[in-house]
Amino acid sequence: MMFALVGNQNCGKTTLFNQLTGSNQHVGNFPGVTVERKDGLIRGSKNITVVDLPGIYSLAPYTNEEIVTRDFLLNERPDVIINIVDATNIERNLYLSLQLVELNMPMVIALNMMDEVRANGNSIDIAKFQSEIGVPVIPISASKNEGVDELIQVAVATAEAKLRPKRQDFCSGAVHRAIHAVAHLVEDHADRIGVPSRFAATKLVEGDEPMLKLLQLSENEKNMIEHSVTEMETELGTDKEAALADMRYAFIDNLCSRTVIKTGESKAHLRSIKIDNILTNKYAALPIFLGIMLLIFWLTFGVIGTALSDLLSLAIDKLAFLVDHGLAVYGINPVIHSLVIDGVFVGVGSVLSFLPIIVVLFFFLSFLEDSGYMARVAFVMDKLLRKIGLSGRSFVPMLIGFGCSVPAIMATRTLASERDRKMTILLTPFMSCSAKLPIYALFTAAFFVEYQALVMISLYVLGMLIGVLSGLVMKKTLYHGNPVPFVMELPNYRLPSPKSVGLLLWDKARDFLVRAFTVIFIATLIIWFLQTFDTRINVVADSSQSMLAAVGKFIAPIFTPLGFGDWRAATAIITGLSAKEAVVSSLAVLTGTTITALPQALSSLFTPLAAVSFLVFTLLYTPCIAAIAVIRREMNSGFSALLLVFYQTAIAWITAFVVYRIALIFF
Amino acid sequence: MTLDQLKIGVTARITAVGGCGALRRRLLDMGLTPNTKVMIRKMAPLGDPIELYLRGYELTIRKLDAKNIQVELLSEGGKAK
Repeated sequence: MMFALVGNQNCGKTTLFNQLTGSNQHVGNFPGVTVERKDGLIRGSKNITVVDLPGIYSLAPYTNEEIVTRDFLLNERPDVIINIVDATNIERNLYLSLQLVELNMPMVIALNMMDEVRANGNSIDIAKFQSEIGVPVIPISASKNEGVDELIQVAVATAEAKLRPKRQDFCSGAVHRAIHAVAHLVEDHADRIGVPSRFAATKLVEGDEPMLKLLQLSENEKNMIEHSVTEMETELGTDKEAALADMRYAFIDNLCSRTVIKTGESKAHLRSIKIDNILTNKYAALPIFLGIMLLIFWLTFGVIGTALSDLLSLAIDKLAFLVDHGLAVYGINPVIHSLVIDGVFVGVGSVLSFLPIIVVLFFFLSFLEDSGYMARVAFVMDKLLRKIGLSGRSFVPMLIGFGCSVPAIMATRTLASERDRKMTILLTPFMSCSAKLPIYALFTAAFFVEYQALVMISLYVLGMLIGVLSGLVMKKTLYHGNPVPFVMELPNYRLPSPKSVGLLLWDKARDFLVRAFTVIFIATLIIWFLQTFDTRINVVADSSQSMLAAVGKFIAPIFTPLGFGDWRAATAIITGLSAKEAVVSSLAVLTGTTITALPQALSSLFTPLAAVSFLVFTLLYTPCIAAIAVIRREMNSGFSALLLVFYQTAIAWITAFVVYRIALIFF
Repeated sequence: MTLDQLKIGVTARITAVGGCGALRRRLLDMGLTPNTKVMIRKMAPLGDPIELYLRGYELTIRKLDAKNIQVELLSEGGKAK
């Protein structure tokens, strides 16, 4: 048996899903799009799955989320739709319910946040409400786990009895006549392709293009529909879309006026207005936002994240030491020894080093998201990102990109539109991540002691600038389609439930480990292999003889126009693929010096201008393997990830070339 | 008069929703239908977008999009519920 969970954004859908399933969840994507699909088994059952569909406000045919939901409901035919409705915001939530009812599938309404309704001194006449809307209505409180068992029982009973909605007609007058005429006309077509005729009719009256295509109507039929619609429009003096929206809201207004008794203002709402007086205040909003982000950065990348990372690497080092010792005592083949210590342990270590950062960062991010603050960030920051065709929602992932691209790209999952999500993923790597700092520090110490800060800031600004330009190009080309309208709800502030935060952390950590582990691990092993052997698969004594060096020597001429054609620079750039910090250690190994003596050694490798060019290239070229793995996962496409790698590397080469050549003219 | 011209704290009644395509549909879906009462809650610190209060909840839209919504004034700066 399959349940489909459908509801608005911010109505407690995820909380209910977590209550229904416990930790028994599977996260994936709908085919062909990067819209998230979560499946889970109802707790305590073996054969009831529940699918969490994206949060939507309507079954309109515009956003991918709406289309995915429609297609899922029409094609997969869940046994029952559980429509979750926020009882504290009932009018707007019911707008979707009325469209779901037209699908003529077994359906129940879970009236969520009833505890808040009662606490505000309000009430809803459930019996009357249920008889008017024609589907079973169960009052629940997902966050307090009240009424959830009853909801499951009623949903099962409704599914087993195949209990369809008792009424589908919520209109009268001109709209009623138009829908009926069209329903009659298209009934046969709709039956043939298995679409509920009432739903088809309403969508056709609304002027729904995908439905028109789906039904394959004759010209004559199309004309007759057109006629009915025009008649309705003339009679009402308004157009079809407004007429239907108005019809639904008129029914809802009427229903609520008779069943919802509202004596007190919502406490959560009043509290939200007060909080917003500060958090979205004209003067305080920006400083507070920056303060919060700085605090999160400091805690994640400074205090907690590094502490946990250090602890983890200490444990790994200890283990590596023990194994190292054990293998040496055992007298194992030195190649196997190197494989285990330099390959496996380094590989595992580099994967695990991301984990504390991801967990800590997502702890804060889920708090910001679930509390409702993220919507305010979008409100405050929208104007800045609009020019590149994004909305304020993309601001936070991009900002996290300055710390680490991996969690930043994972954070795009909360963006409501697929287009914005993809664009944000592609732009985030241009925000210079913290792993590149050691490279900047090394080179500025070696070449620009007096202008260290200036050079670093210029690099960050250049990264952002190229990001903005790329955004403009993408907006005009790849994603020139209509941006999703920025019409966004600002939900009431709520304290996130520990269970939701915990499940999200578990989900992100597992997701990263399972999906990224293989890619990163294999990549580290490949680099180990290339570093350890020469082209005749002999173990090398000197790193300059290794296969990696051979590859470095082979590709070095590519960088000659950029001023750093030395094979050691090229090799260091390749090792930067595994992690950007590796560029520094590789340069030390390859030049045969220690890290502290490296600045002097570099002056024989680079002229100051070549150093600038090298910095620009490392700033912009392909993200590290971990980030590529996550991009592939979140874009749901290996091709896109590969394309991004080439795109960024090309951009890096061109920019470094331009910078170097212009600099040559002046200096 | 259009929605973007209203001052903060003012309540108005929507008379018509213009525009086209996805944006217009989204505005209607979110409850900005003719005859709905709307209050301008505030403006974002950078001057755009604006925050509205309607049907018991807060909604934010861009000024450019608010231009499509025709309104008539109900109260001058009075506090709406």
